[in-house]
Amino acid sequence: MSAIDKVNAARANNRPTSIDYINKIFGDSFIELHGDRKFGDDKAIVGGIAKLNDMPVTVIGIEKGRNLKERMERNFGSAHPEGYRKALRLMKQAEKFRRPVICFVDTSGAYCGIGAEERGQGQAIAENLMEMMTLKTPILTILIGEGGSGGALALAVADEVWMLENAIYSVISPEGCASILWKDSSKTAEASECLKITSQDLFSMGVIERIIREPKDLDSKLFDGLKHIIAQTVSKKLEQPIDVLLDNRYNRFRKFGKDSATYLRNDE
Amino acid sequence: MFNSDIFNFMKPKNELENQGEWAESRPFIPDELWVKCPACKNMILTSDLEDNLKVCSKCGHHFRTNARYRINITVDEDSFKEMDADLVSENILDFPEYTRKLKTSKMSSGENESVICGTAEIEGSKTVLCVMDSSFMMGSMGTVTGEKITRAFEYATENNLPVIVFTVSGGARMQEGILSLMQMAKTSGAVKRHSDKGLLYITVLTDPTTGGVTASFAMEGDIILAEPKALIGFAGPRVIEQTIRQKLPKDFQTAEFLLEKGFVDAVVNRKDMKKTLSKLLKLHSKEGI
Repeated sequence: MSAIDKVNAARANNRPTSIDYINKIFGDSFIELHGDRKFGDDKAIVGGIAKLNDMPVTVIGIEKGRNLKERMERNFGSAHPEGYRKALRLMKQAEKFRRPVICFVDTSGAYCGIGAEERGQGQAIAENLMEMMTLKTPILTILIGEGGSGGALALAVADEVWMLENAIYSVISPEGCASILWKDSSKTAEASECLKITSQDLFSMGVIERIIREPKDLDSKLFDGLKHIIAQTVSKKLEQPIDVLLDNRYNRFRKFGKDSATYLRNDE
Repeated sequence: MFNSDIFNFMKPKNELENQGEWAESRPFIPDELWVKCPACKNMILTSDLEDNLKVCSKCGHHFRTNARYRINITVDEDSFKEMDADLVSENILDFPEYTRKLKTSKMSSGENESVICGTAEIEGSKTVLCVMDSSFMMGSMGTVTGEKITRAFEYATENNLPVIVFTVSGGARMQEGILSLMQMAKTSGAVKRHSDKGLLYITVLTDPTTGGVTASFAMEGDIILAEPKALIGFAGPRVIEQTIRQKLPKDFQTAEFLLEKGFVDAVVNRKDMKKTLSKLLKLHSKEGI
């Protein structure tokens, strides 16, 4: 599949959303918790507590909605600051009770609007990046569809980041990139290639740890397999001493631009 | 010597231009002698503007300045010691036009990257200082920008020093793809470690500060200052207008707007910046004032 095919697959309307993953993996055990305790409840982000086999976990997902009505309700998966603040509240709660955090990301980006700016979209994302880096409990993030820039990263400062085979993760939308670069938003396909946004590209750059193969129909086989490796991974992370976990998390991001001596010249 | 960006402003239109013989008889006026204030439209003598910290003496409009000028007016004479000056970006993703853009940016700005980092003293208080430069690819954050800022924070953490960052940025650098996005997490991690050690971090937001820089280290200061009327936001105003299909309110996303909404501690005039930073540094120094 070419990069633009992946962009289209990642955005396809019939693609499972975060709620599908939560239902299929955690079933009835999921209890949704609402609100950021500061301003409101952002429906673009779903969060709560669930059981993974016998282990309590905190689950947070960016939800696009599965039909038009739901999509409007959920602002097409573009969160406001209160969404990111709700996510952080639930993560802090997870830290307190030493529950692993599992995030599902599917967003074209954080919302661009008057209210979002008034209530500090940039500040909300920045705070998540900072706090997640030292959150004293394991974090696993799975990009299931679109990983749109800062709005996706705000839930992806994790110990491991995985991607569905046909998910994408990018600093800017291919349309945005094309219109800046060539003043022509129809050159989306070219821009998609240049930006290196496919799971294969990102795996080779060390941005993600695992690619989840997608069966033809995203069916129960996928979810059962996923449930198994999520449980395995977070149990292992839970056994690590906290300082080791946090050092690894810091270095996971620290490496981008540091070890790549091939493209850095430094006389240090 | 710090006036390279001043040439970028609109030159005054001479009404006599292109009017045949008349034009030839007009006195010779060097182009760079005057600049037009974009806010009040008055003509200002370039030398007056330089003497007034690049602030319009008529309306108080703060012109953009390059990083070297900023350092010069902020720190004690000869106290700035630059770090990691030799780090340079390369075209990691083989992105179209990026190699050429880097080259022209280097030439026009005279800098290797969009941020200059080092140590300095401000009225005798030692600090780590990072100053972004809008003349280098609009202050966009690539891997080297992120690396330099991260190293500056790590140095400060190790040596128990405060950090001051002057921000100006169009956001993450698209030409480095996801690796620029990763710099937001990387720098935030370094800020957090510095903060957890009980050390002071002050950000000064200057015009414009947007995108991935706003959504990372710009908004992570213990104290967040801003220059008057600076544009500060996550999304740029044009993107928002396109998204919501309506005009934005007046003064939306200005420093004063953020002050009112509670996201900036204080709006500080350029002429008061050094004094303010000095006061804040002294209030946080172990030795006291």
